[in-house]
Amino acid sequence: MSLDWPIISAVTFLPLLGALFIFGIRGNDEIAVRNARYVALWTTVITFLVSLFLWFEFDASSAQFQFVEKHDWLSGTISYHVGVDGISMLFVILTTFLMPLCILASWEAITERVKEYMIAFLVLETLMIGVFCALDLVVFYLFFEGGLIPMFLIIGVWGGARRVYASFKFFLYTLLGSVLMLLAIMAMYWDAGTTDIPTLLAHTFPATMQSWLWFAFLASFAVKMPMWPVHTWLPDAHVEAPTAGSVILAGILLKMGGYGFLRFSIPMFPLATDQFAPLIFALSVIAIIYTSLVALAQEDVKKLIAYSSVAHMGFVTMGLFTLTAQGVQGGIFQMLSHGIVSAALFLCVGVVYDRMHTREIAAYGGLVERMPIYAFCFMVFTLANVGLPGTSGFVGEFLTLVGAFRVNTWVAFLATTGVVLSAAYALWLYRRMIFGKLEKPSLQAIADMNPREIAIMAPLVILTILFGFYPMPVLDVTAQSVEALISNYQSALAAAEQAGVALAR
Amino acid sequence: MYSAIVFLPLLAALAAGFFGRRLGARASGILTSAAVLLAALLSWVAFYQVGIGGQTGRVEVAPWLVSGELAVSWAFRIDTLTAVMLVVVNTVSSLVHIYSIGYMEHDPHQPRFFAYLSLFTFAMLMLVTSDNLLQMFFGWEGVGLASYLLIGFWYRKPEANAAAMKAFLVNRVGDFGFALGIFAIFFVFGSIQFETIFAAAPGQAGKTFMFLGSEADVLTVICLLLFMGAMGKSAQFLLHTWLPDAMEGPTPVSALIHAATMVTAGVFMVARLSPLFELSNTALAFVTLVGATTAFFAATIGLVQNDIKRVVAYSTCSQLGYMFVAMGVGAYSIGIFHLFTHAFFKALLFLGSGSVIHALHDEQDLRKMGGLRKVIPTTWILMLIGTLALTGFPLTAGFYSKDAIIEAAFAAHTGVATYAFILTVSAALMTAFYSWRLIFLAFHGKPRASKKAMNAAHESPPVMLVPLIVLAVGSLAAGYFFKDLFIGAGADAFWGTALFTGPDNHMLEAIHHVPWAVAAAPVIMMALGFATAWIFYIAVPETPSLIARTFEPIYMFLLNKWYFDELYDFLFVKPAMRLGRILWKVGDGTVIDGLGPDGVAARVIDVTNRVVRIQTGYVYHYAFAMLIGVALLITYFMFAGGLAR
Repeated sequence: MSLDWPIISAVTFLPLLGALFIFGIRGNDEIAVRNARYVALWTTVITFLVSLFLWFEFDASSAQFQFVEKHDWLSGTISYHVGVDGISMLFVILTTFLMPLCILASWEAITERVKEYMIAFLVLETLMIGVFCALDLVVFYLFFEGGLIPMFLIIGVWGGARRVYASFKFFLYTLLGSVLMLLAIMAMYWDAGTTDIPTLLAHTFPATMQSWLWFAFLASFAVKMPMWPVHTWLPDAHVEAPTAGSVILAGILLKMGGYGFLRFSIPMFPLATDQFAPLIFALSVIAIIYTSLVALAQEDVKKLIAYSSVAHMGFVTMGLFTLTAQGVQGGIFQMLSHGIVSAALFLCVGVVYDRMHTREIAAYGGLVERMPIYAFCFMVFTLANVGLPGTSGFVGEFLTLVGAFRVNTWVAFLATTGVVLSAAYALWLYRRMIFGKLEKPSLQAIADMNPREIAIMAPLVILTILFGFYPMPVLDVTAQSVEALISNYQSALAAAEQAGVALAR
Repeated sequence: MYSAIVFLPLLAALAAGFFGRRLGARASGILTSAAVLLAALLSWVAFYQVGIGGQTGRVEVAPWLVSGELAVSWAFRIDTLTAVMLVVVNTVSSLVHIYSIGYMEHDPHQPRFFAYLSLFTFAMLMLVTSDNLLQMFFGWEGVGLASYLLIGFWYRKPEANAAAMKAFLVNRVGDFGFALGIFAIFFVFGSIQFETIFAAAPGQAGKTFMFLGSEADVLTVICLLLFMGAMGKSAQFLLHTWLPDAMEGPTPVSALIHAATMVTAGVFMVARLSPLFELSNTALAFVTLVGATTAFFAATIGLVQNDIKRVVAYSTCSQLGYMFVAMGVGAYSIGIFHLFTHAFFKALLFLGSGSVIHALHDEQDLRKMGGLRKVIPTTWILMLIGTLALTGFPLTAGFYSKDAIIEAAFAAHTGVATYAFILTVSAALMTAFYSWRLIFLAFHGKPRASKKAMNAAHESPPVMLVPLIVLAVGSLAAGYFFKDLFIGAGADAFWGTALFTGPDNHMLEAIHHVPWAVAAAPVIMMALGFATAWIFYIAVPETPSLIARTFEPIYMFLLNKWYFDELYDFLFVKPAMRLGRILWKVGDGTVIDGLGPDGVAARVIDVTNRVVRIQTGYVYHYAFAMLIGVALLITYFMFAGGLAR
């Protein structure tokens, strides 16, 4: 299906247009700042509304790339080629959906360099959407790495006390992955003669080369995911980032790793995937158990949620590499659900941080007394984080585990312990912050959420519950593409096996 | 109609939860009570239609999720088992709702309370009506959530918060098994819908599959995993620790959730899955073993507890053990019958205890009661009825169901069933003892409460007593009236295909052919227990403390609940926290960061320091370095190029 106007480009570059507008705003007084905020808000809202066309016009019965645009660029070798399929489309929507909420969340929290902040976010939005839409490796790489820069700035400029350490750590980790991925991209170009993703998807790389390429991509995606043991940048980055930065980090940037696995590692290097899936399972299971235990010991709210993110991403990688319909769909669903839920949790932290300016769990307690609406929202997201049936968190977790059980019972067994541990850290956090007597003098006058904050939370609460009871809109969209992914993967394995048998003769 | 039964409580919960403050406390209570009462009336209609009229069926509400071959719907499975559970859940729930209007009258958070109660009812109904494992799991976790919220209802109390969390976590441990069981069922059967699984189950009997690295019997593994969930929810031995603590919640909650309905979900699950359990003797033996152990073990602790609600809680735990014994020996209908009668008398006992606590203004310690018979006579009589039914006094409800279980355990004639027979008979003795101990301590003897408290004590208002009277009628009559349907001549027609029994399972027949001594044993035990309690607490009141002093280690062992809490704290809670801290500080901090980013950064600084030293500022140093570099490059290209050619 395609529209007669370039919707993908529109969605991708609308935020950039908004950024230009803000750039054009003169002065730095009250009015200029207010204008900057409103321009950013309107831009992101309009981008979201436009992006909804993607969902409405999307043909879920096809596994093909849709809304494709292709223009030659750089003498024909590299082209501006974009489009979405059932795997990537919803990530675009997730991005455009979270953005207005981020702008709203920064409305009062950001008072320094507001124009620059808004520009950074809008540029970041363009780059993130680009990642999910790119159908050319080089274009993908540009967007993928470009996204680091605004994020680096957001943490480094508007971050907390140790922002420099955090942004340096963030950069160091991602840099290593990027370099290896760039080398891999060059190698792929030499072998296939193109960087066009649909063409590469049909190309069969030699078996030994697949392993190298697979590991090079792993280096990049594992850091982004993040997988154990390259996850330690995440807690620091989250802790130091401003609220909206954490939202984007947890909501979208972490999903790029999983998306990368689905778009490149699995379909392009099936033999390596088959060979190294056990490695991924091991790392995933370690991530789930290890980081859940670490989360239990945290004293900082944001760190706790950050560690729980790592554990949840463990379910994603485990699910994706089961290469079963349930596992992969569950992995995608888990990413989207986590995009909503963890974003919401960070927003919840933001609400009390804006009032108290501390992230220490011990500084809170008994909030339900004065903040019942807040307590309700926080409860919904906590339960979704725990994976309670009837919330979106359950569907993804359940499907990935179903998939895992079909492949390896040990993996499923160990990963399922995560449901106990997640309940432990999440409920304990809730108990320490929300329940109990409201005794601390500093909390006596704390106010419940204002209309702006309620407006941010409401859509997230609704989606969390809606997708728990009725996840079909998401599952329907992804079904065909996932099925194609799996059948291509299996036929590639079968072909390799036949070739191997032929060779042996 | 079934949609109305299930969703009325949900609507009531939403109304009370979101608009409760606008509606006001009284209106929230009445609204939710009315909705659940209506659901209860409809449930009795359903009970008649399904149980007597045989109108079973399936109602599909909406699709839930589809992924690959996995397709799950929100749907109701209507058969006799569902109908029985509907009646139990909605009847008790509506009575508890009404009772709470009086009990919670002075609480500032009534709308929230009623919203939680109705939400619980909804989740429980989803559980019992489910036609697939996932919806059951939804209800299962949903009741867990409601239980968590209600135990922690008084959120200012740290003990209540701790108990709420403990309940959720221990249940999650059970759910860990339940979830794995669901995965295994999908793996084996390719579906998680009951209809499909039950049809295919006989074909899987005796087959094996790889589970955790070893060949294991398919159905045994599945049943044991699922049963782990049942053990958590029904507070069976090893996973029982949360139930006594759950008494921190308001008393109506204890009556509804922790006595009559939620904790019986495990029993219901085994009954629902009887087509699977019936095919695995190992799993059934395990069920019997756990049930019998719990029945005995919980009763021993009940002997010495001083908190009125905890006595009843341990009694619940013990009675659940009885139900599992019935399940384990293949007497599913008897187990469900006991579930049915138990709901009446245990809810009665809990709400009666609530009435006592209410009368004494939140005093729960039996040692500070006594002599209440004259102050609150109606409550006393109602509690007596509950006790008679629980201890199995002839013609009361417990007499028919509990005795049938003991007879079934005898009639099964297997090793583990004999174990169960011995333990359940001794538990019957203890049941009688602790039940009468409670009555004697609370209502008889001299008042031990302060003068002021005794003068302020008052009988509960009618809104609380009427539900108690209804339950009392049930406790007296439910056994006699329903025994033919549930376990007597009408049982086959009544149950239809809801419960599955193998061709060699003639349990309902066999219980009528046990020796008279076996049939009489429970009644004798009951009398013996009564007599002992009478001697201990009425005739010679010095006896208990004398015995406690003589056998102090045993007394302390029982009083401290076999030290399970301490053991678990030592084995799981503390190590998990410590491990988390170690992994964080050492694993993430020292090892990963030390070797990773921080280490790299440190090395970079070392290297740059050295580089700084090289930068001497003399031109000839640089020229020399450049020359060496150029030479190296040329050499490399010559060799590399040469090799390539």
